[in-house]
Amino acid sequence: MPTRVLVAKVGLDGHDRGIKIVARTLRDAGMEVIYTGLFQTPDTVASAAIDEDVDVVGLSMLSGAHMTLAPLVVKALRDRGSEIPVVVGGIIPDQDADELRSAGVAAVLGPGATAHAVVSTVESVVR
Amino acid sequence: MAGAPKDEWQERYGSSRQRDVPFATMSGIPLEPVYGPADAEHPGVFPYTRGPYASMYRSKLWTMRMFAGFGTAEDTNERFKEIIRAGGDGLSTAFDMPTLLGLDSDDPMSLGEVGRCGVAIDSLADMRDLFSGIDLGSITTSMTINSPAAPVLAMFVAQAEETGIPRRAIGGTLQNDILKEYQAQKEFVFPPRQSMRLVRDVIAFTAAEMPRWHSVSISGYHIREAGSTAAEELAFTLANGFAYVELARQAGLDVDAFAPRLSFFFNAHIDFFEEIAKYRAARRIWARWMRDRYGARDERSMQMRFHAQTAGVSLTAQQPEVNIVRTAVEALAAVLGGTQSLHTNSMDEALALPTEKAARIALRTQQVIAHETNVAHVADPFGGSWFMEELTDEMERRAGEIFDAIDAMGGGSMLEGCIKGIEENWFQGRIADSAYELERAFNAGERVVVGANRFLEGNEEGFGDILRITQEQEERQRARLDSVRRDRDDAKVAEARDRLAFEAADPEANLMPALIDASHAYVTLGEMMSTLGGVFGRHTEVPSI
Repeated sequence: MPTRVLVAKVGLDGHDRGIKIVARTLRDAGMEVIYTGLFQTPDTVASAAIDEDVDVVGLSMLSGAHMTLAPLVVKALRDRGSEIPVVVGGIIPDQDADELRSAGVAAVLGPGATAHAVVSTVESVVR
Repeated sequence: MAGAPKDEWQERYGSSRQRDVPFATMSGIPLEPVYGPADAEHPGVFPYTRGPYASMYRSKLWTMRMFAGFGTAEDTNERFKEIIRAGGDGLSTAFDMPTLLGLDSDDPMSLGEVGRCGVAIDSLADMRDLFSGIDLGSITTSMTINSPAAPVLAMFVAQAEETGIPRRAIGGTLQNDILKEYQAQKEFVFPPRQSMRLVRDVIAFTAAEMPRWHSVSISGYHIREAGSTAAEELAFTLANGFAYVELARQAGLDVDAFAPRLSFFFNAHIDFFEEIAKYRAARRIWARWMRDRYGARDERSMQMRFHAQTAGVSLTAQQPEVNIVRTAVEALAAVLGGTQSLHTNSMDEALALPTEKAARIALRTQQVIAHETNVAHVADPFGGSWFMEELTDEMERRAGEIFDAIDAMGGGSMLEGCIKGIEENWFQGRIADSAYELERAFNAGERVVVGANRFLEGNEEGFGDILRITQEQEERQRARLDSVRRDRDDAKVAEARDRLAFEAADPEANLMPALIDASHAYVTLGEMMSTLGGVFGRHTEVPSI
């Protein structure tokens, strides 16, 4: 069974270059990828992840709202009794990455992450 | 028969004023304002490939227009003043995500986004704070906003009127380029045709009442940042420009009544020669289309003027200091390509919004180019280079193929072609394909990015402080909005919103007067946009990868 991934843009940030590249990268690595589209909320992302029965959720964030929104996505999943891991990628400073991990985010991918890093990070959190 | 281009140039150059600096090399060799044979293209002469003005930077250096905005209006006002103290001579306002989408800071969707990647503007009160103590007569201002461009312009006008500046005297630029939002930047609210009505209203209103205002800044920057090639940036941007020209002509405006106030905004990316060729081709194409297809007679309608910004996507989070070098090379390309104004990115922008120090170094980079290198003495120094002329022609050819495709989609209308291309995800798909190809080349090591896929030594070293936007700033902004809502006259607010809804439902009405009145009544941006949304509906993009 191929790994199923939901990639999501949560909040108001319209920058979608990164998420489309990540989606295609994961698809080319043999995974099944579902893209939510823009302007999602933590609740719509959690519901979609559960409905689609995905193995991992990937959030792409540029606008600086990651410290508020990423933990809310984790919480929305856990509130629904789901343990699906959440990976966050984008413009995330190092000190924020540590805090996000302690808030339950499984992994953080910063700017400049290679395709190899993206694929191996997703594989590592699913196992 | 008209005289040689050089004669025409000479006449114009002779009547221009010159800066009081020695136009010579460091060793004292005198420099001509431009070089080339008499029958070659010259700057300030149709088709303006070599520059819109005959004297270019000999009369006036480009405007060092620094883009800034974060936190509350007061926070950003302080940064503006710091930029002016450091020698910047233009301002450009970055708005936060809620403002870009026309949401108030207390909207549930705004949580965590207030003041994060730009300044939060909710009402006239914030607009007043933003420009407090800044002389808008001597510093021109640009506002980078699109979906709510008309309401934000209305607040700007209301704020200026309060301080006694009449509409006719207000100078500045509104981005107001909605087409590229659907194609690339994705901060859209209303469906395309309803949004285009607001663009039309701004063009018509400013043409009639604000002669010093630039109504649309047609922007390739975001198209390129989203991943397009240089030729796609060039072609999509100019196609959008042609669409706005057709829109305004359909509204009954004479092309020369509004086209001189259209301006452009391009990316300055890392491929040095290709960027310069892109700017040269852009000027030539614009001039020819405006004269030949749209019947412009006023030369100013044919002279493309543009702003440039160095490429945010070229910056790396690894070894951020190296970004200063990238930005310097990109800025040099913009200057040698004849830009009218320039923003240079800061070294820390792959990590966060810039610190004051990083932003100052970015401005200093422009000052070094302007005042130390002597590159501004001679217009279009690459003109006549076999390589540069061929590359310019090739950019023009590639853009031409794209124009043909868009024109065909629109059945002979660039306006309809642009809208159809958006609705069918044609632009979005092309941009995503080009972005993925660049990424493939990066992953394969064919495209080297220093610090990211080669020369990694030093990546483990830490970088200094970055700018942190706090939750406290978000709360301060919400409190400010609360007090505005408490202190205003609710009856006036209701009346202004009713009028706005009524006029929005009449497609012939120009909404600017109603928006300006609503601004004076402290109707918030979110309220204006939701009133308009009740009439216009909302746009959703079909997700595709």
